[in-house]
Amino acid sequence: MGQIELTSVTKSFGDVQVIPPLDLTIEDGEFAVFVGPSGCGKSTLLRLIAGLEDTTSGTVAIDGEDVTQVSPSKRGLSMVFQTYALYPHMTVRKNIAFPMRMAGLSDDEQKKRIAAAAESLNLTDYLDRKPGQLSGGQRQRVAIGRAIVRDPKAFLFDEPLSNLDAALRVGMRLEITEMHERMKTTMIYVTHDQVEAMTMADKIVVLQAGVIEQVGSPIELYEAPKNLFVAGFIGSPKMNFIEGEEAAKHSAKTIGIRPEHIDVVESGGQWKGTVGVAEHLGSDTFFHVHGTGLAETLTVRAVGNVALKHGDKIELNPRAAEVHRFDQAELRIA
Amino acid sequence: MAIVAQSSKAGRVSRATLAWIVGLLFFFPIFWMILTSFKTDADAVKPEFLIFFQPTLENYLNMTENYDYWRFARNSMITSVFATIFALAVGIPCAYAMAFNPSRATKDVLMWMLSTKMLPAAAVLYPMTFLTKSLGLFDTHFLIIVVLMLINLPVVVWMLFTYFKEIPKEIIEAGQMDGVNTWGEIKEILIPLAWGGIASTALLCFIFCWNEAYWTVRLTTTDAATLSKLIEGNRAPEGLFFGRLSAVSAAAVGPIVVLGWFCQKQLVQGLTFGAVK
Repeated sequence: MGQIELTSVTKSFGDVQVIPPLDLTIEDGEFAVFVGPSGCGKSTLLRLIAGLEDTTSGTVAIDGEDVTQVSPSKRGLSMVFQTYALYPHMTVRKNIAFPMRMAGLSDDEQKKRIAAAAESLNLTDYLDRKPGQLSGGQRQRVAIGRAIVRDPKAFLFDEPLSNLDAALRVGMRLEITEMHERMKTTMIYVTHDQVEAMTMADKIVVLQAGVIEQVGSPIELYEAPKNLFVAGFIGSPKMNFIEGEEAAKHSAKTIGIRPEHIDVVESGGQWKGTVGVAEHLGSDTFFHVHGTGLAETLTVRAVGNVALKHGDKIELNPRAAEVHRFDQAELRIA
Repeated sequence: MAIVAQSSKAGRVSRATLAWIVGLLFFFPIFWMILTSFKTDADAVKPEFLIFFQPTLENYLNMTENYDYWRFARNSMITSVFATIFALAVGIPCAYAMAFNPSRATKDVLMWMLSTKMLPAAAVLYPMTFLTKSLGLFDTHFLIIVVLMLINLPVVVWMLFTYFKEIPKEIIEAGQMDGVNTWGEIKEILIPLAWGGIASTALLCFIFCWNEAYWTVRLTTTDAATLSKLIEGNRAPEGLFFGRLSAVSAAAVGPIVVLGWFCQKQLVQGLTFGAVK
């Protein structure tokens, strides 16, 4: 079990309130991702759940039990840190055994769980090394191993992949997702990378300045962003925003259209412009188009290889059904 | 780096010469003390026996036979060891709290602790003497241990604080998440990680305790008298007996010099307050 509920939680550092009153429920077995730009309070929120920061007011409950005043060591949660935070003076084996030793598990049980964790994380050959002798990816695996052996109510991940290189990051992302599918334990994952959020989450919590902008499944956020901020944050490349006359045609202050919802046409396009930069990825081609009179740059995603280059004229057709409309207050018009 | 590596030979020679001069300057008084300790009291003041003289062990033999050197040495050892242990027992939790759970007052507390070292000891001499006498603690090991511990505590806390600050906070937090209580954090994580720093601190504290003279001389007579008291006791109305005095001094600093020699590396680290890794 691992249902986590925050009720009217606030956090202030001195006179600065970083989390205004906030309510959030994460269901048992859910993979929740907190995402937002740096400084949005997502890590603070995670630390409040962990107990590493005290709440200024409000309550944190795990499985219905109020743990606001309970120390982190007694909340039954595991955490994986961005900097791994392994114990440098202990071998991998001892690092992984540490939480079990603290919990007073028998030696046999410890050995069994270490062997199982090492097996699933490909660490069997490294058990007698110290963290200093491991690569970044291996260290992160040890940190995950240390987190899983104690069978926690929930896992907390604080930007665990941001210190790894791109290739390793994709690999670890898959491993963590698969681990969740297998274990079905609640996971809360903090990241500033919206791709990680989209690919891993059951539920995404988008934060800005300590405020929850929207909570929903990746597809809900993609298809129906509640406001301009979420619309701009979720999706890659970013959604195009158009104001003025074109928006007025849709009776909105601002309209948004994703790059993949604009078609490149030979002729008769509604919008015309000049290619600034063409990025040929093979599977897709991204065009950064200038001179449309709609926005400074429009980003367009065309499937496959489209042979246009810098300076070429381009004609575009937006898919009317995919246009998102936003009002004066930057909120979505249904 | 390349520029440093190519520094001229003359520069290297002059630096080495300077280092030797400074080294010899510091060593000279110790050398002179040891030399004088092998002279008779009469020879010690005669200019013609400045360097060449008939060496004698009389002063050293006198010392163990007449002054009970070993009792003073034992007292020094007992008070220094226990004062160091207690200073660490108080200092480690104290520095831990300030390093990992700082409050707005932490800096002020640290400064205040250091400021106690700025109070002239003489200012509290009479209150201390009366107090210890009326409590019946005068000339006891307990008193000397407590006094030595208290006067060294600010330095101990400062040094430990500086070392602990170098440990990433996440490692302590990882410990909390892994289910250890505060004592466990200190025992399982902090002490093993800061072992080098704690050893340097202990060593330095021990040396300060061993060498302390102001309070040990004034708050003891016989039972708890340390080697500092023994040296001080070599005054006589007739004047100073340089031979004897030197022998006693050499025997008092001897153990600490040997200890320092074996722990040079730790000491240098300790004195630079963790600035050099």
